[in-house]
Amino acid sequence: MENYNLSYLRELEAESIFIIREVAAQFEKPALLFSGGKDSILLAHLSRKAFHPAKIPFPLIHIDTGHNFPETLTYRDDLIKALGVKLIVGSVQDSIDQGKVKEEKGFDASRNMLQTVTLLDTLEEYKIDAAMGGARRDEEKARAKERFFSHRDEFGQWDPKNQRPELWNIFNGKKNPGEHFRVFPISNWTEMDVWNYIHMEKIDMPVIYFTHKRLCIRRNGTLLAHSDYLNIRESEKPEMLQVRFRTIGDMTCTGAVMSEANSLEDIIKEVSISRQTERGTRADDKRSESAMEDRKKEGYF
Amino acid sequence: MINYKNNELLRFTTAGSVDDGKSTLIGRMLYDSKSIFEDQLEAVKKSSEYKGLDYVDLSLLTDGLKAEREQSITMDVAYRYFSTPKRKFMIADTPGQIQYTRNMVTGASTANLAVILVDARHGIVEQTCRHSLIASLLKISHIVLCINKMDLVGYSKDVYEKIVEDYKKFATKLEVRDIQFIPISALMGDNVVDRSGNMDWYEGSTLLYLLENVHIASDNNHIDCRFPVQFVIRPQSDLNHDYRGYAGRVASGVFMPGDEVSVLPSGFTSKIKSIDTFEGPVSEAFAPMSVTLRLEDEIDISRGDMIVRVHNQPESGQDIDVIICWLSNHSMNPSAKYLLMHTTKEVKAIIKEINYKFDINTLHRIEDDKEIKMNDIARIKLRTTQPLFYDSYKKNRNTGSLILIDEATKVTVAAGMII
Repeated sequence: MENYNLSYLRELEAESIFIIREVAAQFEKPALLFSGGKDSILLAHLSRKAFHPAKIPFPLIHIDTGHNFPETLTYRDDLIKALGVKLIVGSVQDSIDQGKVKEEKGFDASRNMLQTVTLLDTLEEYKIDAAMGGARRDEEKARAKERFFSHRDEFGQWDPKNQRPELWNIFNGKKNPGEHFRVFPISNWTEMDVWNYIHMEKIDMPVIYFTHKRLCIRRNGTLLAHSDYLNIRESEKPEMLQVRFRTIGDMTCTGAVMSEANSLEDIIKEVSISRQTERGTRADDKRSESAMEDRKKEGYF
Repeated sequence: MINYKNNELLRFTTAGSVDDGKSTLIGRMLYDSKSIFEDQLEAVKKSSEYKGLDYVDLSLLTDGLKAEREQSITMDVAYRYFSTPKRKFMIADTPGQIQYTRNMVTGASTANLAVILVDARHGIVEQTCRHSLIASLLKISHIVLCINKMDLVGYSKDVYEKIVEDYKKFATKLEVRDIQFIPISALMGDNVVDRSGNMDWYEGSTLLYLLENVHIASDNNHIDCRFPVQFVIRPQSDLNHDYRGYAGRVASGVFMPGDEVSVLPSGFTSKIKSIDTFEGPVSEAFAPMSVTLRLEDEIDISRGDMIVRVHNQPESGQDIDVIICWLSNHSMNPSAKYLLMHTTKEVKAIIKEINYKFDINTLHRIEDDKEIKMNDIARIKLRTTQPLFYDSYKKNRNTGSLILIDEATKVTVAAGMII
């Protein structure tokens, strides 16, 4: 008899494609949350595979903090063109201008917290009933118990005590009016899996994942990119360093790592010997031990 | 770089009663297999110190939510990951409290293997039996009984052998192919990843070695061809004007182009024209692959239909005998209608009959109490509005499983295994 065995990356791929197709089948207005980071790039890639040769039957949503790495926007626009899908942009600047949120002040000011409001408003404006995101269970303790289909009440909030059990491969996307879902098709992937898969599939990545020279500020053990959006103390001296990014988010809170990694092979080697989680570079998670869980309850992801 | 292209995935669940050292065991596996990052370890060291412990409490690595940390218990299934050069591992870490049978069922539903912990000082207890019976009920093929805290019984061979003997007596009730026993100390690391120097009398393998080498390739059903249609792909573009593909995940069996197939419920037959993927057509598809089938003939097929081999068809019917685990804190309403999801099909169902409940510690039938409450396991008969196409759960996990959903709250209230 032949060996009917899938390698684990192919098994993860098959599982994620199954979930993405379930979302397209069970919901009226699904969408994919696209941040420009590797996880949402992976999601877009898997979505393309799921519906081939047809186009992806849902739009991509980008919540734009206005503090993007320019490289992220270039990548996003090229990808949208290649996929031939609709892009919806939710602007944090608009939320600020409309007085819905207040810009944080001080040196650690970041628009990361403000994103949540813009995200929920955008989902409501377009009546999105299932928003797919690239969150993974290995990223952070608060995510280890997350469901694939994560139920949200009419305020977009997550109640850890009110999540539906998920058994076998059966996903319950039933909901009452006003309620919606966040769906995480790559829940079971680890950072290493994502990079190995990107390498195996030769997926094009934004250039800032690879090594480059950049003006950085050292703050609380994190290397932040020097930019006009960052309030810089007089004592903080910008340094030109050889760095890359392990995650991509808002410029004011995404930390860089010193790295010479110039190719996917280099990155995989680096991740496999790294002793820091990728979220260890995120200033937003360092605010308190349960920072992630608190933001999650509010609807951040 | 690891040779990830050929590595297999092992999904396993862990169970044990409170204080059996389950979190410590998982922490130990993550730590010894070097899956712990420095910032995570640093946080755990700090917490241990703060609590006044003189050792690093590895169980803190897996303590998830704020509410749980406050109560020092694990309330919900948590998923953990680690890998070795041989395999990737996915752990469904399930809490041990009595009231959480439902979590154990949830964790077990996707697992190939169950690691069940026993405290060497206490031996086989009620919860050991319950966890084993649930694993058996959910058709887990492999059980590894870890006799933990061997350090607290002086690494005694006699203690270990007594527990093994007791368990073997009990295990005659189980329908599990493969049961293994390992004496360990999760706290000290004996026989978890590294061989213990304290138990020379033990000649078996370490837990990790066993997890890396247990044979799982034949756990999937590669005989009965079942393809539940998930989504119909119709590009309607100039290039692919007439393309009509049926997307889905192979539930079981092996499909090949040219195979004669029946489409249920219509019963029309056709041949597989091609099996498509993004990379192009493939010569075969087997579980758990996600593919797109095209047929030679134009047949009206939609989500919820099932493509099967002409000469190997599933059962079909509206009266379904099923063993359920009740998951909701609202008791079953025997006169209500429930939504039922089975593969990609959705129907409505009524409870036609409640046959009996099980005492989950012994599997004895309880015939006089028919109120089905949270964590109860019962045999019932369902009547569905349309026929289901199913196999017995024993034969086929994917076409033998279903869930019930409350019509008003839309919450999943029961997990069902078709008899």
